[in-house]
Amino acid sequence: MADIKVAAYICKGCGLGERLDTDALVKVAQKDGKVPLAKSHDFLCNADGVAMIRNDIANEGVTHVMIGACSRRAKTEAFFFPENAVARANLREGVIWIRPDTEEARETTQEMAEDYIRMGCAEVKAMTAPGGNANTGSSKTLLVVGGGVTGMTTAIEASKTGYPVVLVEKSGALGGWAGKLYKRVPVHEPYKSPMDTGVADLASQVMGDSNIKLYLNATVAKTDGAPGRFVVDIATESGATHTEDIGAIVQATGFTLYDMNKLPELGGGQSPNVVDQAGLEALATAAAAGDGVIRRPSDGQPVKSVVFVQCAGQRDTTGQHLSYCSGFCCNASIKQAMYFKDANPAVDTTIIYTDLRTPGNGEDFYRSAQEKGVVFTKGRVAQVLPNGATSTVKFHDLILDDADAAMADVDLVVLATGQVANSGVNIETLTKPQVEGQEGEPQAAATVEVKPISILNLSYRQGPDVPQLKQGFTDSHFICFPYETRRTGIYTAGPVRRPMDIAQAREDATGAALKAIQALENAELGRAAHPRSGDLSFPKVRLEGCTQCKRCTVECPFGAIDEDEKRFPVFNESRCRRCGTCMGACPVRVISFENYSVNTVGAQIKAVDIPDEFSEKPRILILACENDAYPALDMAGMNRNEYSAFVRIIPIRCLGSVNTIWITDALNAGYDGVMLMGCKSGDEYQCHFVKGSELGRVRMSKIDDTLKTLNLESERVRDLEVAITDIQRVPEMIDKYAAELVAVGPSPFKGF
Amino acid sequence: MSANTAVAAKYRNNFLKEIEEQVEMGDWVKMCMQCGVCSGSCPTNFQGAWEHPPQELFMMIRAGKREEVLTTSSMWNCTSCYNCIVRCPRKLPITHIMHGIAEYAHRLGMAPKLQPTRFFSGLFWKNATKTGRVNELKLSMGLYFKDGFVQGIKNGMAMQAVALGLVKAKRLNVMELFGGHKCKDQKGIQAMLKKAYEIERSRKTARIAG
Repeated sequence: MADIKVAAYICKGCGLGERLDTDALVKVAQKDGKVPLAKSHDFLCNADGVAMIRNDIANEGVTHVMIGACSRRAKTEAFFFPENAVARANLREGVIWIRPDTEEARETTQEMAEDYIRMGCAEVKAMTAPGGNANTGSSKTLLVVGGGVTGMTTAIEASKTGYPVVLVEKSGALGGWAGKLYKRVPVHEPYKSPMDTGVADLASQVMGDSNIKLYLNATVAKTDGAPGRFVVDIATESGATHTEDIGAIVQATGFTLYDMNKLPELGGGQSPNVVDQAGLEALATAAAAGDGVIRRPSDGQPVKSVVFVQCAGQRDTTGQHLSYCSGFCCNASIKQAMYFKDANPAVDTTIIYTDLRTPGNGEDFYRSAQEKGVVFTKGRVAQVLPNGATSTVKFHDLILDDADAAMADVDLVVLATGQVANSGVNIETLTKPQVEGQEGEPQAAATVEVKPISILNLSYRQGPDVPQLKQGFTDSHFICFPYETRRTGIYTAGPVRRPMDIAQAREDATGAALKAIQALENAELGRAAHPRSGDLSFPKVRLEGCTQCKRCTVECPFGAIDEDEKRFPVFNESRCRRCGTCMGACPVRVISFENYSVNTVGAQIKAVDIPDEFSEKPRILILACENDAYPALDMAGMNRNEYSAFVRIIPIRCLGSVNTIWITDALNAGYDGVMLMGCKSGDEYQCHFVKGSELGRVRMSKIDDTLKTLNLESERVRDLEVAITDIQRVPEMIDKYAAELVAVGPSPFKGF
Repeated sequence: MSANTAVAAKYRNNFLKEIEEQVEMGDWVKMCMQCGVCSGSCPTNFQGAWEHPPQELFMMIRAGKREEVLTTSSMWNCTSCYNCIVRCPRKLPITHIMHGIAEYAHRLGMAPKLQPTRFFSGLFWKNATKTGRVNELKLSMGLYFKDGFVQGIKNGMAMQAVALGLVKAKRLNVMELFGGHKCKDQKGIQAMLKKAYEIERSRKTARIAG
């Protein structure tokens, strides 16, 4: 390590100079931090301060920079030294803003600042400047899987942005579900009548675009590689396979209507005069081609009365059918009722609903249907009894509370059955170990049956399709990152992601196209995609130390790590999101990042000065997730919400990156307690890396054994869920824990 | 065939269409979205005073419950405070519709005979149109005896002090019981009313015809 030269800079601005003894801090950096060059500056982030640092880098041979000023989340543009390793000691948000400005608090506040300087110096020495992933590809082509409204919109939008597109459609024609519609729900003023679907226009745009290469009657046979360098085999009907170099992928495989044959009590499959919404669209299209009269499928007689059954097999609480609302079907039924009313106002049209949900401008459309004489009845349909050419609809009238309400002699019944995502293979069921004799078990738990045909055929170790979130939909981060999946560079859009209508799907398609373009551009530059966008670090592994335990390849939330034939991990850096979950998982600690490793955090933990047990100054280590907990702590500082001076906070990339050695080290070093602050995990997770905090918590749940071997109380480690909004709550949690630790007593490991 | 069954036959149980054609503002009934704000806003609808609050009446009309709607006393409870009209998010003229349904039920002779509002309205109309002037003494006496002779005497006794006070203050003339004051041109009044009935009938016929 002879060729590194560390410099420490202490800022006196923002009140740091008044509240802290900065000369002492400079001395701490020199003496404890063993930094050859340590300076203070009145206003470090101004042009003069930054010029001073640049000058030292250029003329003094400084390679590693430690800045003791504000939080690492502030002034990132001023303190931007891409050629150097940079560490930040958070003296402003982390020290003076969370401590009272009183004489008696001065000593502990200064100690806090000094520790952060020691930690910063120790961290920066363990770092190297990230050089960027060299294993990149430069394909700028977008692969769009699915030629429906979403797929075509994605292709057109990407092409308009200047990126070539390969569009793969399974069937022989573009249009998908929307192509089978007679008309669509209006999206323009005055929202009164169904309008043309616009599918033909989209299709002709796709056909006429030289930037879009179209494969009809084709499927994706194999997807290999990583963002920027995907190699995709496209199988066509003729049996020929075409190989394309692809930068990023948008999966727009849409949905299938929930099978109405599963609803025999509602007449599904019991009579030709009970149809789903697709069936009615077909009847309406056939009528439009003829005399405009929608006819009964059984005998061709004109339909005089029609009943629409909303939520058929949806919002089901029994676990037999779809538990969710598909969101589009109320508007669709209103539209279909208008097919009848617009042609002949004498046709009786009744929509039986439990809650009418008309998103967008559907409220105007709903009102228009009422004006046209469509009757809306709030009720829950119990039974549809076909009898010859007509049916009787039995329902519970929820307004009149009449459990035996019925409509007789109904010519046609339309069931609004909802959307089931075409999301391919559920890789969760693939990876679950199948115990012999209990094969049916995992299937029975899944309420939604998913077509077991893979769509992308990924050659990834974790399975051939993108992971599903809930009910077979392929969403990933439901709050912050729509379109994202847990496969970097592969985005899903449209109803495969969540139930939606045409207008929402088109918006979705545009968003996904832009996300995909971002991903392939980042991949070419060797940088991470969100949430660490632009990060140049990437995991490095010392394979000679690897024990082939496969934890990293199994646990990576993004399927970035494959295995070679000797079962060593193969990192695909372009697929990596830099969460560090592999680093936390590795039992032999051979995985690290240039600027984030077991050492960078471990060195900080060891750098803290631990006062002896008689000083009544406990030390609490906080490992805080940089996405939510650390910003919450910073914002607590901005709001001057005070908390204990005995905590030492280290930001971590994700709870999943926490290696248990850090906790063992901290407790051995004499810390009285460790707080882990990560995002909410489980079904309603808020982890930016989806599974990171969950995996981290699973590992931490086993920490009790470690505590037992050290003969320590279980209170010494606390796992907490912190959201970015917990600005008030986080200081309270810290103070409460500090008080609890006083009751537990000082750690017996102090002074060793 | 009575007028009642004739209408029912014409509409073949499609009560909503019947209401739309026969009831003033009846074509608004289909626009109700069942939010229930009218029922919650009605000052006379506490403790379930309305057997069927407005929103429920609208649903019953759509469900074809002709008999129940036309024989209920519910819409007769309306005091025209206009709270519901002000609050209806769909801008339905609910007060007018309530009066419209009540009037239609009355026209068909299906409204509850002794419903106080209906009884009083009939009494008032007869009283006012007979002489062109309202005879307050006869009007209140008529109301006292609504539920029979014994109850009428009881009501009269209960109001004794009020009546004597009114007589003392010269607000009530006992002699009004025998004839009372009248309009100068009684024949003119009758002719005017007859003309008004004619106009109303012709308008309704025109509306039904299209």
